[in-house]
Amino acid sequence: MMDAGRHPNIELLAYSEVEDVSGYVGNFRVRVRKKARYVDEKECTACGECVKVCPIVRPDEFQQGLSTRRAIYIPFPQAVPSAYVVDIEACLGDNPIACGKCIEVCDKKCIDFDMQDEIVELNVGAIIVATGMDVYDPTALDEYGYTRFENVITSLEFERLISAGGPTGGHFVRLTDGQTPQRIGFVQCVGSRTSNPARGNPYCSNICCMNTIKDSLLLKDHYPDTDITVFYMDIRAFGKGFEDLFMRSKAAGVRYVRGLPGEVVEDPQTRNLRVFVENTTAGRIEEYELDMLVLSIGAIPRGDSELVKQLLTLSRTPEGFFMEAHPKLKPVDATTKGVFLAGCAESPKDVKDSVTQASAAAARAEVLLSRSKIQVEAITAVVDEAKCRQCGRCAEVCPYSAIKWEKKQVAQVITAACAGCGTCAAECPFDAIEMRHFSDQAIFAQIDAALERDPLSTIVTFACNWCSYAGADTAGTGRMEYPPNARIIRTMCSGRVAADFVWYAFRQGAPVVLVSGCHYADCHYINANRNTVRRVDALWEGLEKHGLRPERLQLEWCSAAEGQRWAQIMRAVEELRAHVTAEEVARTMEVLREAKVPVSSQVWKLKEPTPALLRCMRCGHEWREDYSAEKARNEERMCAACRSSSVRVLI
Amino acid sequence: MKDDLRIGVFVCDCGLNIAGSVDTEAVKDYAATLPDVAVAVRNKYTCSDPGQAEIRRAIVEHNLNRVVIASCSPRLHEPTFRACVQQVGLNPYLLEMANIREHCSWVTLHDRKAATRKAQDIVRVAVARAHWLYPQDEEQLPVTDAALVIGGGVAGIQAALDLADAGHQVYLVEKQPSIGGIMAMLDKTYPTMDCSI
Ligand SMILES: Cc1cc2nc3c(=O)[nH]c(=O)nc-3n(C[C@H](O)[C@H](O)[C@H](O)COP(=O)(O)OP(=O)(O)OC[C@H]3O[C@@H](n4cnc5c(N)ncnc54)[C@H](O)[C@@H]3O)c2cc1C
Ligand code: SF4
Ligand code: SF4
Ligand code: SF4
Ligand code: SF4
Repeated sequence: MMDAGRHPNIELLAYSEVEDVSGYVGNFRVRVRKKARYVDEKECTACGECVKVCPIVRPDEFQQGLSTRRAIYIPFPQAVPSAYVVDIEACLGDNPIACGKCIEVCDKKCIDFDMQDEIVELNVGAIIVATGMDVYDPTALDEYGYTRFENVITSLEFERLISAGGPTGGHFVRLTDGQTPQRIGFVQCVGSRTSNPARGNPYCSNICCMNTIKDSLLLKDHYPDTDITVFYMDIRAFGKGFEDLFMRSKAAGVRYVRGLPGEVVEDPQTRNLRVFVENTTAGRIEEYELDMLVLSIGAIPRGDSELVKQLLTLSRTPEGFFMEAHPKLKPVDATTKGVFLAGCAESPKDVKDSVTQASAAAARAEVLLSRSKIQVEAITAVVDEAKCRQCGRCAEVCPYSAIKWEKKQVAQVITAACAGCGTCAAECPFDAIEMRHFSDQAIFAQIDAALERDPLSTIVTFACNWCSYAGADTAGTGRMEYPPNARIIRTMCSGRVAADFVWYAFRQGAPVVLVSGCHYADCHYINANRNTVRRVDALWEGLEKHGLRPERLQLEWCSAAEGQRWAQIMRAVEELRAHVTAEEVARTMEVLREAKVPVSSQVWKLKEPTPALLRCMRCGHEWREDYSAEKARNEERMCAACRSSSVRVLI
Repeated sequence: MKDDLRIGVFVCDCGLNIAGSVDTEAVKDYAATLPDVAVAVRNKYTCSDPGQAEIRRAIVEHNLNRVVIASCSPRLHEPTFRACVQQVGLNPYLLEMANIREHCSWVTLHDRKAATRKAQDIVRVAVARAHWLYPQDEEQLPVTDAALVIGGGVAGIQAALDLADAGHQVYLVEKQPSIGGIMAMLDKTYPTMDCSI
């Protein structure tokens, strides 16, 4: 902490917030609001004279509200910067009638109530997001009695109580009577690993098991006679040296009971706690009398992460942590180029992992900063200004916000921010966007060429560079044989596959068309492939409307690792193709000659969950589900019977 | 754009990896019949030094302005061949690859006729695409040598220190009056059980 405060290359902007970010990789412009502290950060010597005279008392946030601070305060003794700050909401004011006492006693004259928020403009090439996490508030889990019983505390409060710098000076005591507790319980997974949204989150918070093991050892160190019981579902001690600590804790006599308390009651006289728990190892209900109960609270995404998300056009996982560009191959790159993630902002993790990830993020940022220029692969989107009708569709679908558009203005691609997915080009209703290197003409020419010889036995296949094309490569590397009828057209993203391409292929005599790409979670362009599904849904509806079999259009997700799956898909589409007759193809060509390309789908207009029939376009399996546009966006469809992604929603 | 197209097609045997299940000679002969193909060549190993030298020689000799290489996946060797054609002054975006190994010879091992036919089709699709390739310039963007770190917890502090030690200007923005984050509130930390601040 100190090192960061005094490093010549680090400008520390504490008590500050980022308000605006513009620009792109290598060239961000950032506006930061430096909030008025009312104490000159550089001059304040942290003597503390002001505190002695300040009449205003407030709960101390740093001590988890277990003690108090004044309106003028320092968050904690080792704070960096080492300077006091005035909580202006609480302060009575500097008017001598109201108060102003602190000003009088400050020798250095560094308290200044005229101080204003300062706006700082910065130019940077890279941004690292390390905004951390919040902790779970156990109020909702009423059976533990956190709000009702004072001797039920959270693990973070425990940290403050046992700390030498804490409200009790490191004397670990109960808040109700100042006595050192003899019998202490810990409850694990508080707000973690539950399928009930009212009781917390589905994921494991990663740090709480080890934290409790640590706490148990700290207690045994300071107070060897303490009787400690840990109530748990599973103990997850997977890291280096972790199992060893767990064993030490057990050897020190800590009791581990498999089962979470069902009820906690307080004895109003002694303020002791009685804990009822089903010990699932022993298979019986047990009762424990304790002096104190510590709730091992989980980690949750920061409540204010929405702002950072918007400023940097980041994505979040369904849990709410920031999403990495790729879970395996780009774990510290954010989905926006030039932005990197570190620490608990990305997912709950301990200090070692936070530091490891931070160093990795710094290294990734270095790769950028240590070059004077960066090259952008020439696969980006280009708007033809003469053709653009200013509708704004492109800006709406671009996952990177790489298109600048305002009403009655021609769309403009910010080349540096464009990742080259081609989603905008596929979406533009006026053909006003061309992809460099993956042009419409090239793709139409490829469709024609694929169908030039014996079209009836050809499956026109679109595959995305990162997943399904790579999955087909994996099938090859593994020598997985499959029927030879697919002719692959590679695009960077399945989002590049315009409805016209599919329509055109059918019109030119394709018996079957396959569109393939990454699974939802793997999409290399954040969520561009949701547009693929929307287009395929529209095409299915359109084909049916024209009396054509919608199943002749197939949609499949296949990851780079799923060679087997690719081979299966190939067998399935070939079987489908074998049943398409020359007459059917001839009729299709006839019907589609004049038909307009279908672009909008009923499914994607459903605002509310609506009863729907889901039908597998491969095997015909059907089931019912409530469906909405939101579900279509968030949940990948998959047939439970044959695992095909070609699932159609009928309403 | 389409006038004066001179496409060269290079069909790779990849030893027996491709030639083992595909009649590469027949693929080469077929390629020669496709529109605007000026020359079709068969190589034993196209990515080897002699293979690449052959491509460069053919580009110069036949004045080629598009190159199709029928070999393995572009995910493997597109960078190799882009660099290769660039050496003789051809814009790297004028290269197209036809994947007749991973997508053909390796998955159609027991039907030489079908595999050969598929390889020919793949080459035809690639040649069709080559007609619509244009030279592209990769844009160069300047980089501001400074970083912003948002959040001054242990992760932000570490990232800021690493970058600062490497000589870059760093702005560390922290919402609270002090940096430190959650770790500053911890007494001791596992696994070392030492003081956290
Ligand atoms: C009870 C408990 C006990 C733990 N015990 C251990 C242990 O023993 N060992 C161990 O290894 N780990 C432990 N951990 C985990 C450890 O605390 C974390 O790994 C670590 O704090 C993560 O650091 P971070 O920098 O990612 O996030 P944080 O510590 O959360 O820091 C984030 C910082 O960013 C700031 N910030 C947030 N948003 C913004 C914004 N928009 N603008 C500017 N600043 C912002 C915050 O104010 C904060 O200072 C424990 C955690 C808890 C809750
Ligand atoms: S002026 Fe405000 S901060 Fe200063 S002593 Fe009075 S109440 Fe406290
Ligand atoms: S680390 Fe342990 S206590 Fe925390 S959520 Fe995971 S299993 Fe539960
Ligand atoms: S190609 Fe993709 S990233 Fe680029 S502007 Fe279009 S939609 Fe956005
Ligand atoms: S979608 Fe096409 S027409 Fe509409 S604004 Fe974008 S480029 Fe212009």
